[in-house]
Amino acid sequence: MNGYQFYWSIVWDSLPLLLAGAWVTIQITILAFIIGTLIAMPMAVARQQGEGWAYRFSTLWVELSRNTPAVFQLYLFYFGLGAFHINIPSYAAVLISVSFNNAGYMTEIFRGGLAAIPRQQLSASRSLGMTSPQSFIHVIFPQMFKVIFLAYVTQGIWGMLNTSLGMLVGLQELSGATQYAQSASFRTFEFFLVTALIYYLIAKGLQFSSQLAFRLMYRS
Amino acid sequence: MIRISKVQKAFGSVVVLKGIDLTIEKGELVCLIGASGSGKSTLLQCINGLEPIQGGEILVDGISVHDPKTDINKLRRKLGIVFQQYNAFPHLTALENVALAPRVVAKRSRAVARALAQKHLEHVGLGDKGDSLPSQLSGGQQQRLAIARALAMEPSYMLFDEVTSALDPELVGEVLETMRLLRSEGMTMVVVTHDINFARESADRVAFLCQGEVCEIGTAKEVIDNPRNEQTQKFLRRENRKPLEIVRSSVA
Repeated sequence: MNGYQFYWSIVWDSLPLLLAGAWVTIQITILAFIIGTLIAMPMAVARQQGEGWAYRFSTLWVELSRNTPAVFQLYLFYFGLGAFHINIPSYAAVLISVSFNNAGYMTEIFRGGLAAIPRQQLSASRSLGMTSPQSFIHVIFPQMFKVIFLAYVTQGIWGMLNTSLGMLVGLQELSGATQYAQSASFRTFEFFLVTALIYYLIAKGLQFSSQLAFRLMYRS
Repeated sequence: MIRISKVQKAFGSVVVLKGIDLTIEKGELVCLIGASGSGKSTLLQCINGLEPIQGGEILVDGISVHDPKTDINKLRRKLGIVFQQYNAFPHLTALENVALAPRVVAKRSRAVARALAQKHLEHVGLGDKGDSLPSQLSGGQQQRLAIARALAMEPSYMLFDEVTSALDPELVGEVLETMRLLRSEGMTMVVVTHDINFARESADRVAFLCQGEVCEIGTAKEVIDNPRNEQTQKFLRRENRKPLEIVRSSVA
C-alpha cells in the first residue's frame, strides 16, 4: 500500500473541541427548528388564503429563502447588517439565517399539509365556538403535522446541515471547530471524516427522537 | 327564538336564498325539506354564521348573527350544528372530541370537561367508546359522537344538516333514535332532511324550500300529506317514487 497514512490520534486529542462544536450545532439546530416552525405556521395559513398583505409578505419570504443560496442568506445577515453598523455575533447570524431558511421551506411544507385537511374540519371547530387561532391550534395543526411529518423532519435535518456555514463567519460550531482543529496539523481527511460521522449521528438522533415524539403524540 | 327575516345569500352570481322568512320558536322541531340545491343547507350554515349573508337578518334570542359587533364565538355556543359528513376530529379520541370545546371555549378544567364529555357520550349511547378514535367507529357512531360534541356546549338550539344522508341505510335508525331522544327532552331543533318519514312523525312544522324561498310551511300533516303548493306536490311525488325506482333499476 502506497499512499495515505491515517493518523487518528491527533483527532482523538481534539475530540473535546469537536464535541463542544457539536453542542453549538445541536443548540442552533433545535432553536432554528423551533423558530422556523413558529414562523412557518402563521405564514402557511397566510399563504393558503391567497390574498392580502400577510399572503404577500409570506410569499416574498418563501421566494427569497428558497431561491437564493443559504450562504448568501447568512452573509446578508452577518456582513450585510454589518454594513449598516448593525453588528451581530456570528452565533446569532447563523441562528437567524438558518431560522429564516427553515421558515421558508417549512411554510411550503405546511401549506401542502393544510391543503390535505378537509375544509369542514375548520367549520366544525368554528361551529363549536372556537376562535380561528383556537381551531388551528387544537384541530388543524395537529392533523397537519401528521401529514407532513417526514418532510418536516427532513427539513429539520437540512437545517442542521446548514449550520455548518457557521464556519464561514468564524463560528466554532462543529464544522468551524473542525476547521480550526485541523489547521494546526493539516490532517484534513481524518478530521472531516470524524466530523462527518458526528453529523450523521446527530441527524440520526434527531430522526429517532422525532419519530419517538410522533408515536407518543399520535398513538400509532 | 330564531327569527330569520328576508335573508338573501348568493355565491358569486348564483343566488341561493332569495329572501327567506322563518321563525323557530323555543322547543319546536322544524324540518326543512326541498330538492338538492334549494338552499336548505346554506340556510342552516347562515344561522350559525358559518356563511355570510348579503341581505336580511337572522336573530338568535334577539342577537343578530351577522352583525359585525356580535361576538359570534359566544353566540355559537347557543347553536349546536351537526353536519352530513360527521367531521369528527380524527386525531382525538371520542372523549377528547367531546371535551375539547368545553375545555378551550367554555374554559372548564380538564377533569370537569372529561366528566361532562363522558356524560354526553353516555347520553347518545357511546359511553363505552370514550377511548376509541373516530376511525374505529362506524358512521352511525361517528354521527352520534358529533351530536354529543355539539351537546357538550349545552346549546339552546341544535341544527342538523342532512345528518343521515351519508350513512349506510342500516345505521340511519340509531342516529334518528338519538334525535328523537333530544326531541323528547324538549330541545329546539332545525333539521334539514331528505327523510320525509322522519319529518312526518317528528316535526312540529315542516318548511318546503324551493328556488331559494319558503314555498310552503305548516304542520307535517298540512305540508307533507296535503300539500297545496304545486312545487311541493311535485317534490313529494318524486321523493315517494324513489324506492320504487331503485327496485326497478336493480331488477332491470
